[in-house]
Amino acid sequence: MSPQTQNTGPAVNEYEREPVPASAQKGWRSFLGMYAGEHTAGTEFVIGPLFVAHGVGAFDFFAGLILGNILAVLSWGLMTAPIATSKRMTLYYQLERICGYKMVSIYNVVNALMFCFLAGSMIAVSATAVGIPFNLTMPTLTTWLPTSLGWVLVVLVIGFLTTLVAIKGYNQVARFANVAAPWMILIFLSAALAILPELGVTRFSEFWAVANKVIWTGIPLEGVSKFSFWHVLFFAWFCNMAMHIGMSDLTILRYAKSWKYGFLSFSGMFIGHFIAWISSGILYAAFLQSSNFSTEFAPGPIAYGAAGVAGAVCVVVAGWSTANPTIYRAGLALQGVFPKMKTWKVTAWVGAVTTIAACFPALVMKLLDFVALYGLVLMPMGAVIFADFYLSPKFGIQQEMAYNRNISFSNATFFTWLITLAVCLGLNLGFGIDIFFLGLPGWFIAVFTFLILSKTLYPKGKEALV
Amino acid sequence: MKILLIIISYIGLALSIIPSVLVFLGKIDMQTNTTLMAVGMVLWFGTSPFWINSKTDKDNAADN
Repeated sequence: MSPQTQNTGPAVNEYEREPVPASAQKGWRSFLGMYAGEHTAGTEFVIGPLFVAHGVGAFDFFAGLILGNILAVLSWGLMTAPIATSKRMTLYYQLERICGYKMVSIYNVVNALMFCFLAGSMIAVSATAVGIPFNLTMPTLTTWLPTSLGWVLVVLVIGFLTTLVAIKGYNQVARFANVAAPWMILIFLSAALAILPELGVTRFSEFWAVANKVIWTGIPLEGVSKFSFWHVLFFAWFCNMAMHIGMSDLTILRYAKSWKYGFLSFSGMFIGHFIAWISSGILYAAFLQSSNFSTEFAPGPIAYGAAGVAGAVCVVVAGWSTANPTIYRAGLALQGVFPKMKTWKVTAWVGAVTTIAACFPALVMKLLDFVALYGLVLMPMGAVIFADFYLSPKFGIQQEMAYNRNISFSNATFFTWLITLAVCLGLNLGFGIDIFFLGLPGWFIAVFTFLILSKTLYPKGKEALV
Repeated sequence: MKILLIIISYIGLALSIIPSVLVFLGKIDMQTNTTLMAVGMVLWFGTSPFWINSKTDKDNAADN
């Protein structure tokens, strides 16, 4: 998974407060390539192995991935893209018209913070590869704190360089990401293929038996919780929840000539979130075999063991090419909140927060949970946009309330967000429902709450009650 | 010149995947594979930046 990390597709800083005109709309090729590149990122080196560590069975893994990815593609195609191509506005402007600019500022801060942590995890992933020649002590599955002074120094250097590049030359980084994407996809595939004989696969017909016995065994590593088919399905569906159901990709898909281009997200799901997750899982299984089930969890040495220097470079490039634009985007989100602050200063602060976060390997070890949380936290705002677009007229609620009534802070939206997250937290703490499963009930809670609150607090034809 | 760069780039990509297929088939060893992959990486990153972005820009223009 990845936030909008590459710039192969449409530019995102144009038409910020107006619909994208027909002359600026893009054809299907832009979106096919963008989705494929965007979802083959540094995170893939972590997610695939974590499923192996959590003891997912082979059938559960493949079936969960296929169904979850299909549901994700359908979410983009049927929920995000129709709204994007109908309104043709950025997520931020669309939100501002519904809930007011002050509310969007809160959303931006939360979004930026999430971006910082995501970028931080990618810097930590890169550090595991950069640290190889320095013989750094690598983190294990249970490591939450920095492993050594050397680890902190490597992270600080990578964080500093990444921030510097984000300040100086984002366009060059985006162009470099275009170069790296096809090579990275091949390295994922290639490394897994080369390591298969070490796991006992010398013919494709032997793959399934070995997959069940050695790779996705159904038995979690010691001290790690067990994941089922449902974990995989919901994770595959919701790991990009912020983008599809959460509507972040309105900003990208507003450039699409047709709403059907939302379905082109299949390229990202079935290359990045299928082939890459399978490949990285295979690499990790081989590492476990050769290390006698070591609890060390470091994508760098794992990739190096399977593909040599190319593998280690791939980890650095994947981590860096994800972290860099993520820092840049976090800076952009915050600049909306602090418009008078210079861009480079905002980006520098974001980079500092990101780098400090990256010192803690917990971000990598808990990446699955963090990604699920990231989607869950931002999802209610997507549900609000969905409800405003499709349901408000049917329930006698004015669409784009803030814009039409000159409201700067919509209480209906704010309390929808708050109540949804509070109920989800209650379901998690009170009933032990895993974070991966909260997105679905959370979405319905958000839509229902928004409609009730909008109807109650902002009756049509009357002044707002609060 | 550009054609030559594109050809070298694709050779780089080929060197990133074909040796692994040969390892899987038992035709070459892992050491040779990782060396060839490293060569492929150098060829790809050494040549593709000179043409790949202009190709993307052109594709985007063609889309419009």
